[in-house]
Amino acid sequence: MFGSFLRSSTSVLRTATTAPTRTVLGRLPISSHYRFLSTEARAQIDKAVKSTPLVLFMKGTPDQPQCGFSRAVVNILDVYQVPPEKIKTYDVLVDAELRSGIKEYSEWPTIPQVYVNGEFVGGCDIVLGMHQSGELETLLETSNIIPTVPEPDAPATPQPAS
Amino acid sequence: MSATTLGPVEESIRTKVQLLLAPTALRITNNSWQHRHHTAMRDQGGGNGETHFSVEVVSDAFTGKTTMQRHRMIYAALSDEFAQGLHALSLKTRTTAEAQKPELPTEPA
Repeated sequence: MFGSFLRSSTSVLRTATTAPTRTVLGRLPISSHYRFLSTEARAQIDKAVKSTPLVLFMKGTPDQPQCGFSRAVVNILDVYQVPPEKIKTYDVLVDAELRSGIKEYSEWPTIPQVYVNGEFVGGCDIVLGMHQSGELETLLETSNIIPTVPEPDAPATPQPAS
Repeated sequence: MSATTLGPVEESIRTKVQLLLAPTALRITNNSWQHRHHTAMRDQGGGNGETHFSVEVVSDAFTGKTTMQRHRMIYAALSDEFAQGLHALSLKTRTTAEAQKPELPTEPA
């Protein structure tokens, strides 16, 4: 992994102060790729996260997730029956630049990542927690991603009182 | 947990989380073996056996912070480990007060 090599040998500050030599110049694209997102890449990701109300960066595709954490998020989103036109998924495994770029853009080191209306919501643990607490449903409703279901007459209780 | 010798990654997660959060409880479980067939791990020849962990932290340093902020604190402290091959953390982050309550999802403030 290039990142590990660079991280262990070069800090951001040292990169900035090291006199440019052949090797440094040769490596700069990698380190800037890892540490500093280029304006162009940032603009592309910006566009991607805002392309649809719900955006999921994952490993694999919803039909064939390549990672259990991505699969879990797909399964959770399935529950809410998000209309296909409101969701877009990006497979980071087919785009190495996106894979590292999105981590930096979100300042979040892992995949999957969920965006709602251009805002970073979180990864698998957070989405799962929000699903369990009902927060995710509220977020999807208030973001006009899924229709608001009118409350039944009796106030809904998560568990029958004993 | 079961291993008598801690791997270097697990040890460094423990040290850094302890330093950062002074947790009242800290449980780190290495789940890497469950992911040995995972595409990314196959690329690394099955991984180094220290790629996937679950970390349960109870600390009052989380007070007043959202789950995302709590996770970010830990991710930031472990950026070197992520750069060196740590692949995924499953995080459970609670304050001492939250840990005393039964396991119910916390409502957003």
